[in-house]
Amino acid sequence: MLEVQLRFAHAGFNLEADFSAPTPGITALFGRSGAGKSTLIQLLAGLLTADQGTISLDGERLFDSSRGVAVPAHLRGLGCVFQDLRLFPHLSVAGNLRYGLRRAGARPVRVLMDRTLELLDLGALLERRTWQLSGGERQRVALGRALLAQPRLLLLDEPLAAIDVLKRAELLPYFERLRDELALPIVLVTHHFEDVVRLATHVVVVDAGHVLAQGNLPAVSVTPELGALLGTEGVGAVIEGRVESIDATSGLATVSAGQGRLLVPGDGLKTGVTLRLQLLARDLILATAPPVGLSVRNQLQGVITEIKAEASHNVMVSLDIGGVALLARVTAAAASELGLTVGQHLWVLIKAVSLRGHPR
Amino acid sequence: MTDAELEALALSLEVALRSVLYSLPVAIATAWLLTRRRFAGRTLLDAFVHLPMVLPPVMVGYVLLLLFGVRGPLGHWLYQSFGVRMAFTTRGAALATAVMSFPLMVRAIRLSLENVDRGLEEAACTLGANAFDRWCTITLPLMAPGILAGALTALVASFGEFGAVITFAGNIPGVTRTLPIALYSALQTPNGDASAARIAIISFVLGLLGLLGAELLARTLRRRLGR
Repeated sequence: MLEVQLRFAHAGFNLEADFSAPTPGITALFGRSGAGKSTLIQLLAGLLTADQGTISLDGERLFDSSRGVAVPAHLRGLGCVFQDLRLFPHLSVAGNLRYGLRRAGARPVRVLMDRTLELLDLGALLERRTWQLSGGERQRVALGRALLAQPRLLLLDEPLAAIDVLKRAELLPYFERLRDELALPIVLVTHHFEDVVRLATHVVVVDAGHVLAQGNLPAVSVTPELGALLGTEGVGAVIEGRVESIDATSGLATVSAGQGRLLVPGDGLKTGVTLRLQLLARDLILATAPPVGLSVRNQLQGVITEIKAEASHNVMVSLDIGGVALLARVTAAAASELGLTVGQHLWVLIKAVSLRGHPR
Repeated sequence: MTDAELEALALSLEVALRSVLYSLPVAIATAWLLTRRRFAGRTLLDAFVHLPMVLPPVMVGYVLLLLFGVRGPLGHWLYQSFGVRMAFTTRGAALATAVMSFPLMVRAIRLSLENVDRGLEEAACTLGANAFDRWCTITLPLMAPGILAGALTALVASFGEFGAVITFAGNIPGVTRTLPIALYSALQTPNGDASAARIAIISFVLGLLGLLGAELLARTLRRRLGR
């Protein structure tokens, strides 16, 4: 467990962070640019010193202002991949990769050179100079260099920020491999919610230097704090479910989440894997009677737990579908016509094609 | 070329090389202090380092004579402790030259240190490198083009140092009579015109080659760093 409780004031910016992150696990620090996420990473890495507070990793104090403890950055054993990567221009790719490995000291070896080259497809790049690499290659070298220093925790500062959309899709699997194959704890800074949905097990919502919400992603996904950051179009519950079966003829996979079952496109999925689905609030349809004659594949029964008025004549309806929390946005007019009230039972309709599952 | 002229050329090369050798470590330390450290008197140190550029060279030689002469505080100590004499020796000529070219060298090295991305040092830090390790494996290699360019420029400038050398080290053939001093002496001698012209040409070629070499080297090194 990484436990962080810090206060840091610099140039008029006040940071007050209080969060914990499971180890192993991927924790996403999610927030807008300028929210203080990168500052937080630098404080964790020991490149900046907080005014007050504590940082402890798996029981070891890395920083404790009240006891004057501040383990220097080069002894913390935290790997860092910076937003601007910071590859050493005077060394070859091999030289960059070996830099941390040589200095790993007595830390237990988690990953060796051969394994890193294989995991990140770096074998062909070893002799290159760093400025001869493409953006995605540079990213992988930076990741490999940090990994080979045998860190106890990997800090990734916007690892995909400098990468265009196509290249992101190419790089995300590498991060998923690190998560699944190395069981290395990772703290990841991002302002792309898609990265959070694909990679994170735990999310910490940061805004204006403060932690607004934290916890596992499905729980945090329905909080208004996260909703405010995602904007009206992006709000929606993230749920986790297990792929029960895949129907060969229809191509649809049956996913169980709580007591409910959902049909989602089965392409690329395997039976038995845990899947993460993002259900955007604007995509959900509510019905007070069991609907007939619709193309919609998913018709789930649930109970309204909360109704909140939103701007521009909309209401946000919070629902409980057999133990799974969902959000649905409908117009205020629809809500009053259907007579929606808290505690009411109804049907939720979700188009299967609007769902895309991310294995985790 | 006469033997005396060849001797002056060889001596000039020796004095210039020794002067760079003396001043390089001090210049790197000074550049580091001025760039990376914040301390009271930093501006004063900065001004002090640049003094040789604006003072008359003869005055620098005179001050050296006061400090490093056999009766000067430093000169006396050096002679008593190590038996080392500075004034009127080749070593002294190199010291005077080093002082004169020092600001040039500090400027070049400082510029290269300012251009080193602190982010790279931070990255090395998170990879487990301590401060000394970072300096040796990241900062110095990245400064290398600037350091070499600075050293070479100082070397070339050293060939031409006159005032400080003749004041502090005198005009002793084979000991302190470098090219510019030999040129001066030739001009003072009846029928020395031809010799003076030859020395002038040697100095000219030496300076040009040195500057071209410095630029070429800097360019090659920069290319290795991908800039």
